Order: sequence, then C-alpha cells, then structure tokens
Amino acid sequence: MSAIVGTRSSLVWAVHLSLAAMVLLWLFPTAGLLVSSFRTTDQISTGGWWNSLSASEQNLTLRSAAPESQIENDGVFVIEGNLFEQGSEAVISVWGTSSRSIDAFKPGDEAPLKDGSTITVQSNGDYKRQGIEEITGRRGQRIFATALTPPEFTLDNYHKVLFDEKNRESMGKAFLNTLTVTIPATIIPILVAAFAAYALAWMDFPGRALLVAAIVGLLVVPLQLALIPLLTLHNQIGIGKGYLGVWLAHTGFGLPLAIYLLRNYMVGLPRDIIENARVDGASDFQIFVKIILPLSFPALASFAIFQFLWTWNDLLIALVFLVDSSGETTVMTKQIIEMLGTRGGEWEILATAAFVSIAVPLVVFFALQKYLVRGLLAGSVK
Amino acid sequence: MHPAFQAVLTIAVGVGGCVGYFYFSNQLLDRVLFPDKGIHAGRNITRANIIRPWLFLFPALAALGLYLAYPVFETLRLSLSERLPGNKSQYVGFDNYQQMFSEPKFWEALTNNMLWLLVVPALSTAFGLLAAQLSDRVRWGNIAKSFIFMPMAISFVGAAVIWKLVYDTRPIDQEQIGVVNAVYLFFGGDQPITWLTQIPANSFLLMIVLVWIQTGFAMVILSAALRGVPEETIEAAIIDGANPFQVFFKIKVPQIKNTIVVVWTTITIVVLKVFDIVFAMTNGQWETQVLANYMYDKLFRAQDWGVGSASAMIIMLLVSPILVWNVYNARKEMQ
Amino acid sequence: MTNLTLRNVEKTYPGEVNVLNNINLDIRTGELIVFVGPSGCGKSTLLRMIAGLESITDGEFTIDGVRMNEMPPAKRGIAMVFQSYALYPHMTVRDNMAFALKIAKKSPKEIDTLIKKVAATLQLTEYLDRLPKALSGGQRQRVAIGRSIVRDPKVYLFDEPLSNLDAALRVATRIEIAQLKESMPESTMVYVTHDQVEAMTLASRIVVLANKGIAQVGTPLELYETPDNEFVAQFIGSPAMNLLPGRVVSTGEATSVSIEGGGGVISSAVATSADWQDAIVNVGIRPEHMLMESSDNYAFESVINISEALGEVTQVYFQQDKAHSSPVIAKLQGIHRDVRNKTLRMSAEPANVHLFCEGQSLRGR
Repeated sequence: MSAIVGTRSSLVWAVHLSLAAMVLLWLFPTAGLLVSSFRTTDQISTGGWWNSLSASEQNLTLRSAAPESQIENDGVFVIEGNLFEQGSEAVISVWGTSSRSIDAFKPGDEAPLKDGSTITVQSNGDYKRQGIEEITGRRGQRIFATALTPPEFTLDNYHKVLFDEKNRESMGKAFLNTLTVTIPATIIPILVAAFAAYALAWMDFPGRALLVAAIVGLLVVPLQLALIPLLTLHNQIGIGKGYLGVWLAHTGFGLPLAIYLLRNYMVGLPRDIIENARVDGASDFQIFVKIILPLSFPALASFAIFQFLWTWNDLLIALVFLVDSSGETTVMTKQIIEMLGTRGGEWEILATAAFVSIAVPLVVFFALQKYLVRGLLAGSVK
Repeated sequence: MHPAFQAVLTIAVGVGGCVGYFYFSNQLLDRVLFPDKGIHAGRNITRANIIRPWLFLFPALAALGLYLAYPVFETLRLSLSERLPGNKSQYVGFDNYQQMFSEPKFWEALTNNMLWLLVVPALSTAFGLLAAQLSDRVRWGNIAKSFIFMPMAISFVGAAVIWKLVYDTRPIDQEQIGVVNAVYLFFGGDQPITWLTQIPANSFLLMIVLVWIQTGFAMVILSAALRGVPEETIEAAIIDGANPFQVFFKIKVPQIKNTIVVVWTTITIVVLKVFDIVFAMTNGQWETQVLANYMYDKLFRAQDWGVGSASAMIIMLLVSPILVWNVYNARKEMQ
Repeated sequence: MTNLTLRNVEKTYPGEVNVLNNINLDIRTGELIVFVGPSGCGKSTLLRMIAGLESITDGEFTIDGVRMNEMPPAKRGIAMVFQSYALYPHMTVRDNMAFALKIAKKSPKEIDTLIKKVAATLQLTEYLDRLPKALSGGQRQRVAIGRSIVRDPKVYLFDEPLSNLDAALRVATRIEIAQLKESMPESTMVYVTHDQVEAMTLASRIVVLANKGIAQVGTPLELYETPDNEFVAQFIGSPAMNLLPGRVVSTGEATSVSIEGGGGVISSAVATSADWQDAIVNVGIRPEHMLMESSDNYAFESVINISEALGEVTQVYFQQDKAHSSPVIAKLQGIHRDVRNKTLRMSAEPANVHLFCEGQSLRGR
C-alpha cells in the first residue's frame, strides 16, 4: 500500500497515532497492576502508580530507633540514626512530631519533645535525639516528614504473597494446586481428542457426518448446565470434590473444541500421505502414531495452549468441583476472590497475588503466540 | 507434595491408560477377534475396519456424552422438579420457572445480559476491526497486535483485579490511585465517585472489562480475514478513485462479512457464559446481576436447584439459535 | 509371474454414483500398462481399486489367481507412487524409505543395505539424511520411486507421477522411468496419466478409459493406426482426428465413400461387407495425413481461416460450415506462407482413411 503514489502523509500519521493510543489504552490497566505489585503500602496510598516512575512528594510516617538503643555520653542520653532504610535517596523538606502539625520544622531545626528531650532531623533523614534524663518508653519517636522520594520498588510483596509461612492466604500453595489441576487437565483431553479426531477425519463409518455436527453443537453448550448434574454424579460414584473430579470435568468440557480443532487440521493433511502409509502396510494405529500425530503438532500445540490458559484461568469449575471447605485444594483464582473480600484495600497484596496468577499465562502467551493465533483461526466455527 | 505426586500419577495413569486402551483394543481386534490370517482374512479385515472407528471414538464419546450431553437433559429434568430430602425429587411442572419469573433479580439479570449481548460483541468487534486495520498498515503492527491481544491470556479474575484498581476510589482527602477517579478529578470533578455502585453506569464498566479482553480475539481473526481480501480488488478500488475510508468500508468490510459474523457469534457465546467478572467485581450487587451469576447464586448459595437449573436452561435457550446455526453451517460445509 | 486380472469390475459410490462399469482387463507380467482418458473418466479410481484404496463394488480382481477384493493394500504386494509424491514430511529420506520395511519388521541391517543400494541407483545417497522439504521436485520424485523400489513389490502403481514437475524435468524423469522399467523386466507397472505423450512413449499397452468403461486396449501404435472407435481416434493424436460426415458408395476389400463438402469419391483401405452399401458414416482423417489434392476426387475443400506456422509444419484451420461441428484441421509439412483465405482441396492415402458408424470403427465389422 505504501508504494501507491500520492498517499497522504497526514493519514499515515493518524494511523500511527491512533494505533499507539489504542495500544497504550490496552496496556495501561495491566501495567498498573504490575507496577503496583512492586510498590510498598505507603507508596500505593500516596499516589497513583503512574507517578511511581518520577520522584514524588510524600507524607511519610517514620519512627526513630527505640529507647533501648540509647547511649549515655557525658550524662547526655543520645539516640542517633537515619529514618530511612539504607540506600534511600529521599529528601525531607519539612517535618513535625505530631500528626496535627506535620510541617512544623525545617531540616536542621530542633524540636522539643514531651519528655524534655529534643530531636533534630536533617534533610537526608539523619536524626539525633538527646535528653539529660534517660529516655523511656518501648517504641521510638514518631516523625511525620514530607519528603521528596525517588522512585522505589520492592520485591517484598512477592516474598510475602508467595513464601510467607505466616500468611494464611499464601499464593504459594494455591500456585502448586493450580498447576496440579492444569497439567493433567491439559494432557488427557488432547490424547482422547486426537484419536477421536483421527477417526472423524480419516475413517469411514456410518454416522460420521452426524457426529461431527453433534460436536459442533456441543461446542457452544454452556458448561453451567453441567454443574449440578455432574456434582451429583461425582458424589454418587464417590469422587466427591477433588482433583480427580476437576480433571474429569475439564477433560469433558475441553473435548468439543479439541476434537473440532484437531479434526479440522487432520482433514487438511494430504490424503496421499495417509494412503501411502496404508500401502506401506501401516495399520490405523501406526498411521495415527507415526504419521498423523507428528504432522498435527501445530494443532496439538494450539489446543494445548487453549486448554492450559482455560484451566489455569478457570474459577467456576474449580469452585464447583474442587475447592472444599478445608481450603487445602484452593486455586489461585479462588484465592484472589477471597482476598478481594478480606483485603479489598491492600492493593500491594492484591496486585501481587493477581500478578502471580497471570504471570504464567502471560509467559505462555508471549512465547507461543504463533500457535495460539493459528488455533484461534482454525477453531472459530466458519 | 502430595497433590503434586498425585498429579504426576494421574498424568502417568491417564496418558498410559489412554495409550494402552487404544493400543490393546486395536490388538484385540486385529489378533484375537478378527485375525487377518486364515481363510476368512478378507472378511475379517472388513469387519475389523467397521469396528475400529468406534474404538478410536469411544473414550471421547463417553466423556462428551457424560459431561455435556447428559447434563443438558438432567438439568432440564431438575428444572422441572423439586428437591426433596434424601436425594429424592418430585416433578413440579413449570413451578420453578414461574417462581423465577416472579423474581425481580431474574429480570434484572436477563435485562443486563441483553445489554451485555448488545454492547460487548459490538464494541469488541468494532475495536478489533479498527486494531486489525490500523496494525496492518504500520511496520510495528505485530507488536501492537501482541499487546492488544495480551488480555486474552489473563483470567477473568485477574482482569477483575486489574480493573478494580482502575475504578478504585479513595476518600476525597487522599490521592486517588484509580485512574478513572484521578482523571475525573483532574477534569474538574468535585469528589471521587465509587464507580462500581453507580447505576446504571456500573454495568457498562463491567462490560468494558470483557471488551478489553475480547478485542484481541476479534482483532486476530479479522486481521487474518483482512489479509485474505484480494489485493487486486483494493487496487482496483483505488484506481476507481476510492479514498481509504471508502476502500475500507465499501471494499474490505463487505468481503469479510462472514468472518465478522463468526467473531460476533463467538463473543456472544462468551458473553452468555460470563460469570467470573461479575462474581469478582460486584457479585451482582448494585443491579449488575447477570444470568450466569444469578444461576450460581441460586445453585450454591440458596441451594435452590430447581430455580438454578431453570435459569441454566434459559442460558441454554439463548445459546440455541447459535448452536443451530453453527450445526447447519457445519453440515453444509461437510457436503 | 504376476498376472493382474479384472473381471466385470464395477465401482459405484454411495448415492448410486456409478463411475466404472464392466471393466475386464488382463495385465501380464513385465508389462507397463498405461491408463489414459479424459479427467473424470475413472482412471485414478481404477488404479486405486487395484491398490486397495478404494473398495470394489462388484466383480473380481485377482493377482496371480488370488482374489484381492477384500485384501488390504499392504498385503497385495504393490507399491504406489503418488502425484504429490506423498513423502512423509517429518521423516528424512532414509526414514521415508525405511518406513514400510520397519513396519514389515525387517532387520535394521537388511533395511540399511537395501536403502543404500536403491539410493545409489537413484543418486540419492547424499540426500539420505535430508527432510523432503530440502529437496527439489525431481529429487522428491526419485525418493518416492525409491521408496517403492525398496519394498520390491510385484506391481508398481504410478498415479500421474510426473504432473507436478515442470516441462523439462518431466521429459527427463519420463526417460528415467523408462530406463527403470527396462532394468526390472520382471516387474509389472500400472501407470495413470492424462498426458498422451507419456502414454505413447512409456506404455507396452495403453488402456483408454471413457464413459465408465474401457474404450480400447492396445499397443500405442495399434491405438494410433487402428482406433476402435471415434473416441480413441480423437483422443490419441494431436490435433485430434478430423471426422467428416459421408456415405458409403461401394464396399469390398476397399471401401469408397463420398463426403459432404468434398467432391467425387475417396477410397479407404478398410474392408466392408455389402451390408454397408449407402450407410451414413463418419470418415476420419488425421490432420497430419491430410494431403493437398488437385483431382476432382477429394475429401474436403474449404477456405483457410487461420494458419499457424510452427516451422516444421504448418497447421491450417478451415472455415467452419454447417456440416462440421468442429473446424477441420490439416497439418502441412514444411512452411507455407500466405495460405490464409486460400481455398484448399484435401485428400488422404486410403490406408489413412478411417470409417466410423455410430461411433464404432467399421474395421472388422
């Protein structure tokens, strides 16, 4: 198109700009989650994540070291230190010792405290508290500082969400559980579907066309219909709620798409090759294993990605067939729903948890996008 | 590591079982039942070939029958019966449906679902078409597509968290961390708004989440279709004096009409089943109920299987036209 | 010794679509039989029935007297080369050749020796570890042939094996196949093509298929010189034989006919009985047999509409009139300038004048 004479350049710019705007609009929400997951509680509550990349004026509540660290020096009791963590480049502009007047002092000023001691805070956060009597109390003095803090990111949230033993809502276990659900639920339907797809594509038998049509029909049957009948069935045959049930359910619900996709692909394989194999003496089983399966790799990969994303991201089936009251078998999506209830405002935890759960699909997505696109193109009913 | 071990075992048993089943059933057929040797070799081979397809199909058909076909009928039965203590049930005719139709929540869910059905496929397809057309004309189009397509990989629950952050509301004296409120205040809003409780805007805010996810799907399919439009027809139109918009709307779009219909119906089906987004973001409060969530409420919170099944049948009913249409097309294609 | 026999073979597809009827054919050991015919005549179907890829609806097919109707392809002792070569794209050349042998549970050593030997004859040795996609069209074709040779079948089946090659390669490969046949005099080959040059050059006998059946079986020259019917007459040879409507004037050892649009009578070497006196017939003369005539006894006279100078010959197309459904063509030896719009009078040697009635040749009737 660009080679056509007289194409207006203003239009070309409009195309570039509108597409860029669209991409930004689509990326912005996810970027927000990603950035938030690397910020501390304080940073999150003091401003939008879009400010996080530039230095920001923040109102901080800091605390000096506890009185137990005081040193007596010539009858003067001194507590010294820095209000910030090591390596911080925050610059304090004003500060105070009471929440009612957080801007009472400038850096270098000396502020009197209630117990008679005084405290001096420098702009880099160095402080010195001294008194002629021993300083008492269990905790350090609170300092309210307004500081210009450079962008700062932390991995603490991830540590807390994934590995913290004390955290009852740990995503670590849920992550493993999700993996446990996903892998068998991806592999088994592929195998079952591949055989069926081969029969529907390359074997002659009465009723074949009818079966294909039935599978196209089942493609759109809402799985909502299956919840109660199957849960009842699982309970009756003794599977109950558990991994086996959820694997079976995912297999059943994934099959129509798997068969449909694989059959469409296999039908497109050259007839000659299959007939040649037949002349070469291969049985149907051998043709399937040695010819069809290797040649169908792209379609198998496509479906595997679909099924993986679908089972990994699923909430409903896990809720119904897997997660019981013990919470031992909870999956990540369920865990996030829980957190939305109990930690609605703690965005650093929510964002981190959500990102942990979407990270794997995103990696799969970017690594195997080619197959995903190919599968989508083959899988949408024509 | 118990569940992980169990998973490995399942994969081994599942995969091994499948392969074993297929292998040994074929062996049984060819060696024992109808050996391809001896005087009846020819006849036996013919017979074995009549049975073999069903060996290949059996596991899939069993699973499909049990997990998709049977539940349709069982749900229909449940929707016409009342649950009695002791795993018994009693036929009650259309009582469940009557009860459901008398509930305002049901009508709210149905109305909302209809709105979703109008808005989400339309916007997703439109944005998808736009993205497809734009990205095919720039050199960095593939990267752009990648990013617009990305939400497809994100779970509905993940998307719900992402968008809750976007719609987040803080008290007026604090910095807003939700971008919608930040923008709203920047452009002169008096005070932050709790968007998800604003009726009827909140339903549309939920729909945006699904549009955000589905646009990538529409874009990928439509982009492939646009590339399939013969270059000559476009060049002919340019020589005929059509401007870029005319080329797009009068030459390209009509040629990909069928694909647009496919995209539209596919998204329609997704919309009819939408559950997670509403469940995670509002749980149907503030008049955002949809059928799938209503059904979940009835089945698992109210433990009312009758009405729950009845609402599931409504979803099935809404899907049926598409089901019939797809089957009709598939049959046409097979001939 | 391998004899293929088809007795009253019939093929009907589901839905009562009959494609082949009453096929009777004997193929003897060492023959290279070519099936030709217009597209859709069922020649590939017949080959696939021999291969066992299509079922035989009715009749009997035997190899060496053993009924094959229900035998699966692998047990018929055949090998097949497909038009698309049908190489397994995910296997190397070596694995492609070894596939059938492995299935037949031959020892690795035996397989290796066989492949090496065949690869050497077909000049494929250096390509053994390549995938088919890294080969040229001609090389793929050779792999396909090699793959069938290693199996040492009784019967080779070729389904239009050259039609995916470009013109130059097609000629070269055709010669290779002819040489291959010569080096294996005991092997029987059945070859399907729509290209009559391939058929004429390769075949020991040609089977012309038309109208769901066999139109004629014979050596290439038999078909050319003594076609049994108008179909074969027009199918073999290019451009097709001219058919001119006429009437039998006298019968006997030789037959005289007068032709509409011609003058006087012309003579044909076909012997006829007195029953044919005054019969309405079609007189067939091949374009290359048309001779310029000056006497008043001639087959045809008309104005030349188009002339195509090919150097070696000049093809002239006569003006079409009501009597002839297709234009009459003559192939004149050498260069003839400025013949357009001239009127020419054409005739032919009696030996080259064929007579047909209701589509069938009068010869031997």
